Amino acid sequence: MEFFGISLPGLLSQLLLGLVNGSFYAILSLGLAVIFGLLNVINFAHGALFMMGAVITWMAMNYFGINYWVMLVVAPLVVGVFGVLIERLLLRWIYKLDHLYGLLLTLGLTLLIEGVFRSVYGVSGLGYDTPDLLSGGTNLGFMFLPNYRAWVVVASISVCLATWFVIEKTKLGAYLRAGTENPRLVEAFGVNVPVMVTLTYAFGAALAAFAGVLSAPVYQVSPLMGQNMIIVVFAVVVIGGMGSIMGSILTGLGLGVIEGFTKVFYPEASSTVVFVIMVIVLLIRPAGLFGKEN
Amino acid sequence: MKYKHTTLALMLAAAGLATGAAHAQEKVVIGFVTDMSSLYSDVEGKGGATAIQMAIDDFGGKALGQPIELLTADHQNKADIAASKAREWIDTQGATMIFGGTNSGTALATAKVAQEKKRVYMNNGAGSSALTNEACTPYTVHYGYDTVALAKGTGGALVDEGFKTWFFLTADYAFGHALEKDTSAVVEAKGGKVLGAVRHPLNASDFSSFLLQAQSSKAQVLGLANAGGDTINSVKAAKEFGIDKTMKVAGLLVFLSDIHSLGLKNVGGLLHTTSWYWDKDDASRKFGEKYFAKMKRMPTDVQAADYSATMTYLKAVAAVKTTDADKVMEYMKKTPINDFYAKNGIIRPDGRMVHEMYLVEAKQPSESKKPWDYLKIVKKLPGDSVFTTKADSKCALWK
Repeated sequence: MEFFGISLPGLLSQLLLGLVNGSFYAILSLGLAVIFGLLNVINFAHGALFMMGAVITWMAMNYFGINYWVMLVVAPLVVGVFGVLIERLLLRWIYKLDHLYGLLLTLGLTLLIEGVFRSVYGVSGLGYDTPDLLSGGTNLGFMFLPNYRAWVVVASISVCLATWFVIEKTKLGAYLRAGTENPRLVEAFGVNVPVMVTLTYAFGAALAAFAGVLSAPVYQVSPLMGQNMIIVVFAVVVIGGMGSIMGSILTGLGLGVIEGFTKVFYPEASSTVVFVIMVIVLLIRPAGLFGKEN
Repeated sequence: MKYKHTTLALMLAAAGLATGAAHAQEKVVIGFVTDMSSLYSDVEGKGGATAIQMAIDDFGGKALGQPIELLTADHQNKADIAASKAREWIDTQGATMIFGGTNSGTALATAKVAQEKKRVYMNNGAGSSALTNEACTPYTVHYGYDTVALAKGTGGALVDEGFKTWFFLTADYAFGHALEKDTSAVVEAKGGKVLGAVRHPLNASDFSSFLLQAQSSKAQVLGLANAGGDTINSVKAAKEFGIDKTMKVAGLLVFLSDIHSLGLKNVGGLLHTTSWYWDKDDASRKFGEKYFAKMKRMPTDVQAADYSATMTYLKAVAAVKTTDADKVMEYMKKTPINDFYAKNGIIRPDGRMVHEMYLVEAKQPSESKKPWDYLKIVKKLPGDSVFTTKADSKCALWK
């Protein structure tokens, strides 16, 4: 059976690969959406935080022999603490200003962080081996799927759903959402909003680092890896709708798949297809597919 | 009265500027524009600037009685930035030679500016053979490698070994297209067949999708017509998806920095063509170690060529006692190059520097005895056998 000259197994395998990339988009855009939702900050440093997650994982392995599984927990914690510092020392001062200042500040941070790592490690990147437990692959009949890529999909979708559950279905999430709507009123009920804001940013940073750890064995660990990813992820967030949790997860996965198919039918456009969709969505639904019009 | 004085002062100042400009013309100013921060910056980048500065220092730091100046800039892989930087240096800083860097798109653009302004243009980092073919200029010297040499070196060797059917993974811009075209021509001329190609955007991060398409073509060879970070990620993904078990992966342009980054465990056995290797002879080792002392990395063939090309240019300027591009070019084209990089290298009328190239294989981890001991030379390829021939050339200057 063929569709437009591509066999069904070919399409299925591309669908799966699209989901793998989509998983990274989903988890990164989720972090951006959470941060924007509560802080109203367009966090351009997200790509750098993602890269830090991967580089810290590499450093732990090469300097201290700490394995992948430990780093899956430790790297997000370390980057989360770094996120606390960013929020407390820098972002806190600009909440009253226009969104643009947050974007500029975090962009500046990105350049700084990337510059430091680039001067130490260069750009060719550092190799990180797939953990033994997940090395090798499974023959699915229509394709050979490396076990590690399957793990990426499972891990990131689980984390995304857990985040969605916490924010949409628990009491803590209710505070968060209320804090987004009207911080003063929530504070009047005795909730410490500034701490909540700090922790939210830290959580977003930790999510980015988690994606970074996941990506370390897949891509070459390089100071530029975040740069490549972040622009696409921003488009994903815009398409999904700023601040929408489920929207960013679904859009991330969906766009990964669309990008995957583009790589088959018209590979030259695979790096632009996401932006074409963004333009169309902005024209038809300026608030994004899942966003609410104000 | 006051007005008159001002006019006089202005005239004097203008006269001063004019004489200043006349002096400035005789000062050697080298403008080096390359990728300093993105995917190709480990291939040349700051290391290239260091190599050029080493050549300037070894030359004595002065030419025509004045200190030699080196200007550097990052073109960010954008042709317009590269071209406007070259133009700015020539117009305002008196650059006498433009050293173009990695990325063929930027190289073709800067070569054009140098031609328009009549300045010597040298390039090592860019691969496109168009620089000395369709787009050749009287001022271009393409010094290191080019896509034709890579194609004939690696492509020719593999077809001779019986790998007849090919599929290309091509970076979607000038260099990738040139490499794919040149290699296809070699493969077909030797009786092989090209089954297809997939073109990926520059600096793509995920190659799995493209690799599966390559695999379903059932070709024997996967030709990687890309470079730098793109090659690294393709090789890595090919290993992950088990493609290296069913297809022979051929890196058409692989640099030492790529091998270092991937590690021999991932690339052991990878056949490719290079213009130079630090461990090829005593003189090269000496340069390699000197460079290593500064950069803590062994130089790539491009960085070694940067040193050699700078020396060649400076010697020519000293010999003809002027920075006049026509005279310098005339001297360089008639003087053979002999140093650690090239033996009897000749700059042809089309601007191509013809010298020996090397078919090399990445060592297996067990064969590597010391740091940076990565390659073994499989075959020496005489320059005449790998670079474009007069019959194939479309360069009007070489007819």
